Amino acid sequence: MTNENNSLAEKKTPSIYPAKIKMQITVIFFVILGIYLFSMYWTQKEMVGGFAGALGNMFTVIEKFFPPNLNVVPAIWGPMVETIQMAIIATTVASILTIPLAVLAARNVTTFKPLYYTTRTFLNILRTIPDLVLAVIFVGLFGIGLFPGILALIVFSLGILAKLISETIESVDMNPLEAMRASGGNVYQVIWYGLVPQVLPQFTSLVLYVFEINIRASVVLGYVGAGGIGLILNQQLGFYNYPNAMMIIVLIFIVVIVIEYISNKLREALI
Amino acid sequence: MIEFNNVGLVYPNGTEGLKNINATIKDGEFVVIVGLSGAGKSTFIRSINRLVTPTSGSLLVDSEDIINYHSGDLRKLRTKIGMIFQNYNLVKRSNVLKNVLAGRLGHTGTLRSIFSLFKKEDIGLAYESLKRVNIDEKIYNRADELSGGQQQRVSIARVLTQKPKYILADEPVASLDPPTSHQVMTYLKKINKEDNITTIVNLHFIDMAMEYADRIIGMRAGEIVFDGPVSEVSEKTFEEIYGRSIREDDLRGGADES
Repeated sequence: MTNENNSLAEKKTPSIYPAKIKMQITVIFFVILGIYLFSMYWTQKEMVGGFAGALGNMFTVIEKFFPPNLNVVPAIWGPMVETIQMAIIATTVASILTIPLAVLAARNVTTFKPLYYTTRTFLNILRTIPDLVLAVIFVGLFGIGLFPGILALIVFSLGILAKLISETIESVDMNPLEAMRASGGNVYQVIWYGLVPQVLPQFTSLVLYVFEINIRASVVLGYVGAGGIGLILNQQLGFYNYPNAMMIIVLIFIVVIVIEYISNKLREALI
Repeated sequence: MIEFNNVGLVYPNGTEGLKNINATIKDGEFVVIVGLSGAGKSTFIRSINRLVTPTSGSLLVDSEDIINYHSGDLRKLRTKIGMIFQNYNLVKRSNVLKNVLAGRLGHTGTLRSIFSLFKKEDIGLAYESLKRVNIDEKIYNRADELSGGQQQRVSIARVLTQKPKYILADEPVASLDPPTSHQVMTYLKKINKEDNITTIVNLHFIDMAMEYADRIIGMRAGEIVFDGPVSEVSEKTFEEIYGRSIREDDLRGGADES
């Protein structure tokens, strides 16, 4: 009797989610929780000395880094500029190459399915290769220097840019494009007059964003011989010349902050 | 002249958009197509410039069957047919003049248009067209700064710049208030008379259809159920077209305010 009453009450106030979905979400939640607990346990087991040891080491390491050697600035300024140049060239080339790829990877413009899926798959593969691996491959092919670094950055930023911009293209208002098609415009005209004005601010903003990423990435790429400031940083650390290394790190920090500030201001003005 | 001969259209999902349509639209006519939403008005109009492709029958525009047209022919066909949309379909971020010049794309080479090198006459024509719909003072405003009625006038100017032989208008006033609706229809009618451009308009407001049309085509479930001059149309005709009695919201009203 009470059971019947309960079921009646339930019918009157249905729960927000169906029971099946509730069940699924609960299961997923516990599976993820399990993964977290397991990985926490596992990483702790691998860490020799635990947190206490790391903290003790930290102070001795940090002490070695101070004070930074200010005299080294003129010598490292060249490689720093090289790093910025690498990022500029790579971003420029990537942003040009990305245009056809992004258009082909946008479902609403590329209605020919096989072409769309091919480009999408190609971009997905491109994005799965880490920038560091790309740099190692290109350094192996072309030797140590700026060129392999630039190539690695181009491929790396192409993957990100084309993906993000194709998604921007997919979100545009298709009505003006229909109007231009209806007035006899060809594919290029429809894209240029209907699509480009709608995508341009987003495009510029994303290019600036990828430029910021490239500045940081090009520092890391120097580590594997792809030129720029990273190469010098790696050398100095290798010689245990910590004050010099610290100065390099400070300089990178300042440059990254300045560039991010400028590009943030530019992006704010655009949107 | 536009001739529909036994035209049928089945969408890929199996819906029948048009069923055995037969109609002839003579040059210079102002035809209003009425019917409930889903009756096939849009499909009818969009078949003429091949935004949709009929699956059977023949559709002659200037005595040429357009159903099998491909890219080159299709663009040439579309250059002589202007289209006006319910949502104006302007590029919101571009300025008014650039939107109007887009009407000239079919007449302009790809390279020229990409570098915005429109011919002097074309720019003059665009400005003239804006003047004709009384919106020439907004020439450098961004399209999204204009009101709905102003945007629709810009889209009329875009069509005028195209110098079309036919104008298709797909629910041009459905997003506008009564006074602006009448204003837009008045411009369309005026252009139809002055330039002798054949105009086909989709409407679902009975009173507006009666006021502006020379001829009314009534559609229901993909078929033409009425076709005749406005003088032969009465309330009863509309009840037959709609398959129900006429209601308040079938009328736009506001004719006196405009």
